[in-house]
Amino acid sequence: MSQWLLLGVNSVSLGGLLFLLSAGFSLIFGLMRIPNLTHGSFFMLGAYFGVTLLQLGWNFWLAALVAAVGIAAVGGVIERLLLRRLAGQELAQVLVTLGLSFMIADLCLMVWGGDPIPFDAPPGLRGALPIASIVFPTYRLVVVVIAVVIAAALWLLLERTRLGAMIRAGVDDEAMARVTGIRVSRIFTIVFCLGAAVAGFAGVIGGPILSVYPGLDGDMLPLALIVVILGGTGSLLGALLGSLIIGFLYNYGQVLFPELAYIILFLPMLLILLFRPQGLFGRHVP
Amino acid sequence: MAFTLDRRAFLAGAAAAALPCAPAIAAAPPVRIGLMTVKTGPLAQGGIQMEQGFTLFLKHRNSTLAGREVELIVADTGGNPAGAKTKAQELIERDKVDFIVGPLAAFELLAITNYVEQHKVPMLSLAAADDMTQRKPNAFFVRASATSSQCTHPLGDYAAKEMKLKRVATISEDFAFGYEQIGGFQQVFEDSGGRIVMKLWPPLNTADFTPFISQFAGIDGVMNGFAGSNPIKFNQQYAELGAKAKWPILGGWTAYDDALLKSFGDDAVGAISAAWYSSEIDTPSNKRFVADILKEYGNIPGGYAAGLYINGMCIEAALKKTGGKTEDRQALIAALRAVSLTDTPRGPFHFDHLGNVVGTVFIRRLERKNGKLVNTIIKTYPNVSQFWTYDEKEYLAKPVYSRDYPPLKS
Amino acid sequence: MSRPAAVAAALLVLASVPLWVGNSYYVNIASQILIYAVFALALNVLVGYAGLVSLGHAGLFGIGSYALAWLLADGWGHLPAALAALLLILGASAVFAVLSLRATGIGFLMITLALGQILWGLAYRWISLTGGDNGINVNSRPAPFGVALDGATPFYYFTLILFLAAVGSMAVFVASPFGASLKGTRDQPRRMTALGYNVWLIRFLAFLFSGFWSGVAGLLFCYYNEFVSPNVLALGSSAEVLLMVISGGTGTLLGPIAGAALVVIMKNVASAYIERWNLVLGAIFVAIVIFMPEGLVPGSVRLWRWLWTGMRRAPARGGAR
Repeated sequence: MSQWLLLGVNSVSLGGLLFLLSAGFSLIFGLMRIPNLTHGSFFMLGAYFGVTLLQLGWNFWLAALVAAVGIAAVGGVIERLLLRRLAGQELAQVLVTLGLSFMIADLCLMVWGGDPIPFDAPPGLRGALPIASIVFPTYRLVVVVIAVVIAAALWLLLERTRLGAMIRAGVDDEAMARVTGIRVSRIFTIVFCLGAAVAGFAGVIGGPILSVYPGLDGDMLPLALIVVILGGTGSLLGALLGSLIIGFLYNYGQVLFPELAYIILFLPMLLILLFRPQGLFGRHVP
Repeated sequence: MAFTLDRRAFLAGAAAAALPCAPAIAAAPPVRIGLMTVKTGPLAQGGIQMEQGFTLFLKHRNSTLAGREVELIVADTGGNPAGAKTKAQELIERDKVDFIVGPLAAFELLAITNYVEQHKVPMLSLAAADDMTQRKPNAFFVRASATSSQCTHPLGDYAAKEMKLKRVATISEDFAFGYEQIGGFQQVFEDSGGRIVMKLWPPLNTADFTPFISQFAGIDGVMNGFAGSNPIKFNQQYAELGAKAKWPILGGWTAYDDALLKSFGDDAVGAISAAWYSSEIDTPSNKRFVADILKEYGNIPGGYAAGLYINGMCIEAALKKTGGKTEDRQALIAALRAVSLTDTPRGPFHFDHLGNVVGTVFIRRLERKNGKLVNTIIKTYPNVSQFWTYDEKEYLAKPVYSRDYPPLKS
Repeated sequence: MSRPAAVAAALLVLASVPLWVGNSYYVNIASQILIYAVFALALNVLVGYAGLVSLGHAGLFGIGSYALAWLLADGWGHLPAALAALLLILGASAVFAVLSLRATGIGFLMITLALGQILWGLAYRWISLTGGDNGINVNSRPAPFGVALDGATPFYYFTLILFLAAVGSMAVFVASPFGASLKGTRDQPRRMTALGYNVWLIRFLAFLFSGFWSGVAGLLFCYYNEFVSPNVLALGSSAEVLLMVISGGTGTLLGPIAGAALVVIMKNVASAYIERWNLVLGAIFVAIVIFMPEGLVPGSVRLWRWLWTGMRRAPARGGAR
């Protein structure tokens, strides 16, 4: 019995982590229509930035925030110098983002070497908490809280602020937004930096669970894709629910259907796409 | 930036000239050794250490073996079978190497074994696929490290007889190296009175092991066969979920390799592992090897670096036997397989008639000593063959260890 | 140079490769380039002419490789095994097409990606059929009309013949009314429907055509390596061939060939000299996007024309003075 409870709690926890991973991807893809295949690299680079700061003795949360700012800067450079010229050219966007992910992976190997680097959870959150009949790692529960906070903050930003209104206007009708005096090009840079920052932040938050190693980028990118496709692109709520669904599928699926371990995520994704190509909660037909 | 040219030729002109028979040797072309390793992508971790081990060996020998200069050609396979095949062709057909050292992974080795055998190039690899020296042997292959199951056989013996474990669950990545490690453990553990009650196979790129760890119940120990970066994630999650406090953890050599120790926290303390090499081996040649790797590269060597250093020693011993000649490939492989060394980083070993090593296996306990993690040797099994104590013919008549063999007893 | 002269020159260069590259290793590299070129050309039918980006084509390529290896291991002769493998590829392509053509754009890409990943999972996990990560060894190459293909040079010519057949069929396809209607479905799907074209059927047939040549490339790859393992169906392989198509130039005949040459040479030849070849390859992709966003071949043509007209104009002005 307690095994199923453990799986349930872990499903929510993994869902939280997956949301942090995929929120930025969803934001960039939904608002700018850019399939940003460097997203896994941003996650990994964030984790490497974070662990380097931790090794210098920084506070965990400060390290996570600074890593997020660092990745936002990297994202800003990429958007300003490269993606900007490629609006609407999806194939060129695929080529340049995959090319960048090759470069980032190889640069990380040069700088941080091939060995996996472990992360410690912040002090005070390292133990485990009793929940009914099980004990569950405290830090993993904190990840859920962080995910909820980030989700709420992103929602407020998009729906309740002036900047959010401008972003939505720029997305819905770029030409009209320009006429009303919105600097759409700056808005797009902000969105891309924001998405990159969330990915980098997620890399540090995920560190105590995943550690950081060469290949982390390639492990994470498909997960972000699955979540966003399942939930529907450009929908924050979709990303949140998609993350939770994947969390549950992954945890219970691995236990109940060990024979299907390799396709447990892709088979449901395929079935959903066949009947709703726009994803579960997506609005537009892509 | 490291845009270094990789065609590094370790030329040691002065050393060669100083030798007594210099004129004859100066005329001979260098011995060409091709090192197949992985320097990009997720497998680079082991691949970089392999290159370090071999480079250090050549440095210790001043790039001269049996009086002949050595030219080393390093090839990065990218860690995939097709890449390994192309690089093998490059080394054999274009560079005309006399030896191939590597590759790293079993699936790379299996992709090139036929090709290398057809071209009669002696190959020394760490890749552990059991059948390479068992049911599908390659006449030009020697393995100075171990088969996948060679270390887990004694570990099964130790778990049953010394740790007195009765019911054990196993967990390993879902690929042949995992199946063979776990199969070997199961065979010996059950023959010694233990029982494997559960075998779990997480996919290679599993991010979260919680769903697997949550299934452990009704056992008194867990055996794992992880490799690469997975041991770090697995041990962390195993400890976090309170499993470590309940059941002792055992593992193969890649799960607790000495080179990984710097990446482990206290999560892994207490783990019992079996390995064919340990940086703790207290012999002068190992101490020199460990000290020099530490000095050159700043990390404790594990099996990848040591294995390649030892491969270098095997090549040297074989060349000494042939008088430095490499043209007669049959004589060369015969000399290589007849190599029997005593003073190596792993201690004494020799090869069996299939080209696989017979040597010591060390049982270690992971401990924190003076603030540092070390694998303390707690028992040694000398002269371990790939067939353990079983009869070779009977052993080879059974299928190779796989996901379903030996089967779980219900 | 006129077009027929250029084609003749290209044929001469290709046919004489084993004479001037010097070493059997380079002949093998040339064979690999041709195999990947066939694969990239096949994917280009969908990406370039139908506007459908597939990230699951390594699945079709891999089915070809696996079916051939498996049938050969089962004792089939080369010709029946190859024919049966091709039939299987057509069947698999039809299934792929029916499933993925429920969407276009990013939906199409995601469905093909999921299909490719499922095939990869099967190859990995269905060990009794595929040998798992140990893969399947192929012990012999065929000897069509009594010519053994064991050496690098005969195999190169065998590959060259199939490569030329692929290029020829692509050229015919592109110039045909069917090719024109396919481009119509890419640019104006609604108008095509209104004009009475069955857009779905046109895309379906294009998918079969693309799948068929992907499978041929898979067969060649299997014979070339004499080995097949799950790696051929991995997402990375699908992405790699897509990169070849895009970097070379989509919707052109020469683009995918140039892209295949670029990636194969970087991976296999340059990697021997440049330790950080992955970094350089990534940088080349980025550079292509900056300087020739339309791809290597169309971009080079554009630069060449620009230079050519510039050169012709310059002396004319000088003369006027």
